[in-house]
Amino acid sequence: MNALTQAWDSDLAYSFRRSPIALISALILVLLLGGALLCGYVAPYNPFDLATLNLMDSLQPPAFRPDGTTAHLLGTDDQGRDILSAILYGLRISLIVGVLSVLFAITLGIAIGLLAGYAGGTTDSVLMRIADVQLSFPAILIALLTDGIVSASLPPALHDRLQIFILVFAIGISFWPQFARTVRGSTLVERSRDYVLAARVIGLSPLRIMTRHILPNVLGPVLVIGTLTLGLAIISEATLSFLGVGLPPTQPSVGTLIRIGNDFLFSGEWWIALFPGIALVLTVLAINLLGDWLRDALNPRLQ
Amino acid sequence: MPAFILSRILQAIPVLLTVGLIAYAMFAFVGDPVTIMLGQDYTEAKRTALIAQLGLDQPFIVQYARFMWGALHGQFGVSYRLARPVMDLIAERLPATLELAGTAAVLALAIGVPMGVYTGIRRTAFTSRAFMVLSLIGVSLPTFLIGILLILVFAVWLNWLPSFGRGDTVRFAHWTTGFLTRSGLRALVLPAITLGLFQMTLLMRLVRAEMLEVLRSDYVKFARARGLPARAINFGHALKNTLVPVITIAGLQIGGIIAFSIVTETVFQWPGMGLLFVQSVQVADIPVMGAYLMLMSVLFVAINLIVDLLYYAVDPRLRVSRQGATQ
Repeated sequence: MNALTQAWDSDLAYSFRRSPIALISALILVLLLGGALLCGYVAPYNPFDLATLNLMDSLQPPAFRPDGTTAHLLGTDDQGRDILSAILYGLRISLIVGVLSVLFAITLGIAIGLLAGYAGGTTDSVLMRIADVQLSFPAILIALLTDGIVSASLPPALHDRLQIFILVFAIGISFWPQFARTVRGSTLVERSRDYVLAARVIGLSPLRIMTRHILPNVLGPVLVIGTLTLGLAIISEATLSFLGVGLPPTQPSVGTLIRIGNDFLFSGEWWIALFPGIALVLTVLAINLLGDWLRDALNPRLQ
Repeated sequence: MPAFILSRILQAIPVLLTVGLIAYAMFAFVGDPVTIMLGQDYTEAKRTALIAQLGLDQPFIVQYARFMWGALHGQFGVSYRLARPVMDLIAERLPATLELAGTAAVLALAIGVPMGVYTGIRRTAFTSRAFMVLSLIGVSLPTFLIGILLILVFAVWLNWLPSFGRGDTVRFAHWTTGFLTRSGLRALVLPAITLGLFQMTLLMRLVRAEMLEVLRSDYVKFARARGLPARAINFGHALKNTLVPVITIAGLQIGGIIAFSIVTETVFQWPGMGLLFVQSVQVADIPVMGAYLMLMSVLFVAINLIVDLLYYAVDPRLRVSRQGATQ
């Protein structure tokens, strides 16, 4: 209980309670996250259970349209899948890919940033040169290329099963330089502090100093960039899936759903693409607003 | 000045060599180019001949040197998918992409910068707040979704504008342009807005932030105290000093526009390089992917160089310190 009241009284929680934008974003995010993670229980149908699909239900408009039914609140697609359920299942995949790829980028970025900042010298300049070169290319291009190369070098059978991990790898690779540069910058500052010197004097290994002493002190900015990158990573995944190099229609993310819906725009079934699109934008917007709030709340100069 | 340009160009060479290495490694190691190019029925003799022709029996370093030499002369091999020289494919599609990207960039600059100045000066006006909310949505909307929404509203529901293709084009030697026909211009509207919107909102937010920063500074206060007209202060003093970061970001965003033209071209089936690239990634058409990568890196290196030169032109402090450093 004590830890809870302590958390409630902290500056961060105070600033959170005082910020309507943060509160609303958090609420939206909790609803979307809850719906997505518990989609097996919350979603009205299982859109991938072939036994419950009925082609007679295909292309039903959403419930608020005169010819819609309340059985399918947001309508159905050409296979008779319930759009609302498909969105919740798709959002889960999108979030999993987004979170995993940001974690991958953070891990890679921290490792490289710590190494560059602590070792200095040639190691530092080579690693940071690579980061600079990659930063001058747009992330989506790197992700697209990595995805293409990895997919092409794997045999097709393996490739379908590993598609999620290919995506995580491709998107993670495209975002590591931001983290590496931030961590390196903070490491350079921390390296000359007394506690690091003390740790060195008592003979700890560089690895231990980096991971146990410096790392906890450079994590703050990583958290903020991580939140903002999560929004970008989710958009990247949706974009790749929309371009047809991401997740296949058999395990659709929100991006895949939009890609499928795109084919039905001209025949008047706009809801197949629009509702997944709205879900995607709401998710990303809520994450971005929370990230902005976190950045401001953790910035002592603004208080 | 010449020494500065020269050192920048020298720095770019290892970058291009590395990208070339990646592009060549993709060609040599991803999949088996010989099997792919021979197709279904082949004889051992044909196979050996092709290996010799591609130079795959040579040491890697020789192959790489040959590849770079060819790339310097615009030879990137033959597309697996379309069985035509990659350079011809790219040359055909380059005008479409450049016209789209150029229009989008002009749109972003011509609307984004004035909007940023306006919201910076009239911070509390209702229109400024509305612009800020709109820009937040603009930053959070993925490019492909903007495209779909525009198609839905302006092509499907209102039926005002075409939703795919480039319309009629006029041909000048190697260049095809859609600027000169009515259908070409109409086809350009939606893709250009789609591509430019993100950069526009980004520029607007950046210019606004910089304007707010500069308007607080002492020399602006002093200019006000001297009784200068607001227009002279806002544009002569403030806007000028926001230009350095704006140029950096605008320069980087040109790269972004080219990259996101991949997405926009796919949404609108715009016959440009981006669409070619996506179709190549889908079927692992490595020669096209490698050539696209090389072209992009040359482009980005060139953009970075131009941005550096623009700094030099805009920021007099750089000129002074550099001269001081070289003496």
